[in-house]
Amino acid sequence: MNELQFLGAIELGLIYGMVALGVYLSFRVLDFPDLTADGSFPLGAALAATLISQGQDPWLSTLCAVLGGCVSGLFTAWLSVRWKILNLLASILTMLALYSINLRIMKGPNVTIMMDIKTIFSPFETFFTAKIAGTILLLSLIALVAGVSLWYFLLTKTGLALRATGTNPRMAQAQGIKTKGMILLGISLSNGLIALGGALFAQHQGFADVTIGNGTIIMGLAAVIIGEVVFPTRRIWLTLFACIIGTILHRFAIALALNADGLGLQATDLNLVTAAIVIIAMILPRLKEATANKLIGRGHA
Amino acid sequence: MIRLEKVRVLFNQGTALEKVVLKNVSLTIEEGEIVTVIGGNGAGKSTLLNVLTGDINISQGRIFFEETDVTRWSAAKRASMVARVFQDPLVGTCGSLTVEENLALAFYRGKNLGLGFALSPKNRKAFTTFLERLNLGLEARLKDPIGLLSGGQRQAISLIMAVLAPMQILVLDEHTAALDPRTAAFIIQLTRNIILEKNLTVLMVTHSMHQALEVGNRTLMLTEGEIVFDVKGAERSKLKEDDLLRLFKEVVHKTGEEDEILLNV
Repeated sequence: MNELQFLGAIELGLIYGMVALGVYLSFRVLDFPDLTADGSFPLGAALAATLISQGQDPWLSTLCAVLGGCVSGLFTAWLSVRWKILNLLASILTMLALYSINLRIMKGPNVTIMMDIKTIFSPFETFFTAKIAGTILLLSLIALVAGVSLWYFLLTKTGLALRATGTNPRMAQAQGIKTKGMILLGISLSNGLIALGGALFAQHQGFADVTIGNGTIIMGLAAVIIGEVVFPTRRIWLTLFACIIGTILHRFAIALALNADGLGLQATDLNLVTAAIVIIAMILPRLKEATANKLIGRGHA
Repeated sequence: MIRLEKVRVLFNQGTALEKVVLKNVSLTIEEGEIVTVIGGNGAGKSTLLNVLTGDINISQGRIFFEETDVTRWSAAKRASMVARVFQDPLVGTCGSLTVEENLALAFYRGKNLGLGFALSPKNRKAFTTFLERLNLGLEARLKDPIGLLSGGQRQAISLIMAVLAPMQILVLDEHTAALDPRTAAFIIQLTRNIILEKNLTVLMVTHSMHQALEVGNRTLMLTEGEIVFDVKGAERSKLKEDDLLRLFKEVVHKTGEEDEILLNV
């Protein structure tokens, strides 16, 4: 891995860090397996790329992308809580619908943001002699703001109610918490974050494509799990930080795997590598448990 | 004052398995009344309780809290009026949240939540004071996940949680049934102290004839969805456990003997 690939992994890690925060909110906090991400990530990218190409303000376009993500999350949650459609299925339905919607938004399978068009990165690219330093600075700032906002939110009364809804909905209701409203709010926020990731991706890469969403949820989940393995903690801020670090580590792992000469992998093997990393990350803790149990068993004998 | 008017509850309505669980039950609970409810399995005790909390929708009848008709109110909406302690402490508390976070949830029960911090130095101090009175040393464990505590400790905290916010009625759902006898006795003593001190209105469902007379000032017996026995005042203070058991045997005579076995006297 050369320097450029190293920095590139950090950039993509920070972008997908938004996805990891969103996935943490749905899968971990609300215990709601939400696959909408595979649709809301490209939705964010499509909205941002299309609006920016039309000459809209890049920050405003990014905001629109986030709102679009929120609405798609709201739809999934609504299908689930209002019509009692199994949460997993509800999110797959939204994901499927978003594929067509994204094609509509982009009026085709992809949109390119021309080099001369201003994105949110443009003003930062001239900050330092190296263009990439400015990009990383902006991405870090965005990750920081998103992470701190989410941290603050989870510590508020509403955030606490959201966490209670995810762990014990019956108890939450007995405490007067409107659990359905909490699920709507949480899944909406989660997809807003994921769409923000998509909007950043489009502006960073200079394009949006209807296929970029494939495997988003798995990448987010991989980041969350790697984060949990690296920082086993109950502190919320550290867990959120671990999500971002987990994403960056995941990008490193991918870059390393694709670059290892002996393995003979190529760029198109990305999804295979991602799946393998997630599977390993999920098996390892179980393996550790089993080994520990074995050792304890021997101790008693 | 809590008033149930001709409350009827059907399970599996409109199917072949339709079952009447409560048959036109009317009941008025005055302020300050501490009502214990006994009855065999399937008599409708828990249903009666869940009707009050809003966890079960009724098929017919009306429910009033003071003069407010709450018949169609959800459990969450009624939370400002009803506090509940569940039978299973695992259900009544949030295992992955810390002790202080659980207490905070109960502290804001039925209030608008908003975006203020859930925990402040002020309410942390109040929680410490509440827990210190239990003499279980739990005040030192505010920051531990409540899942690390024993069932008895969790149930003691559930009781404290139930009375942190104002309410019109406290409902106790066989809240000692999942505990060992010593812990159960402790929780019952704690319950009595709290009820007396806060001057609460209470509905307590129990399996134990002993508890039914030991606690409270009014006792109801349910059989097959009907209140068959309602006693208070002097008449109740004369009652012994044996009398209650005899009464129980008389009224449930027709339903067979399995109920007796299930009763824990």
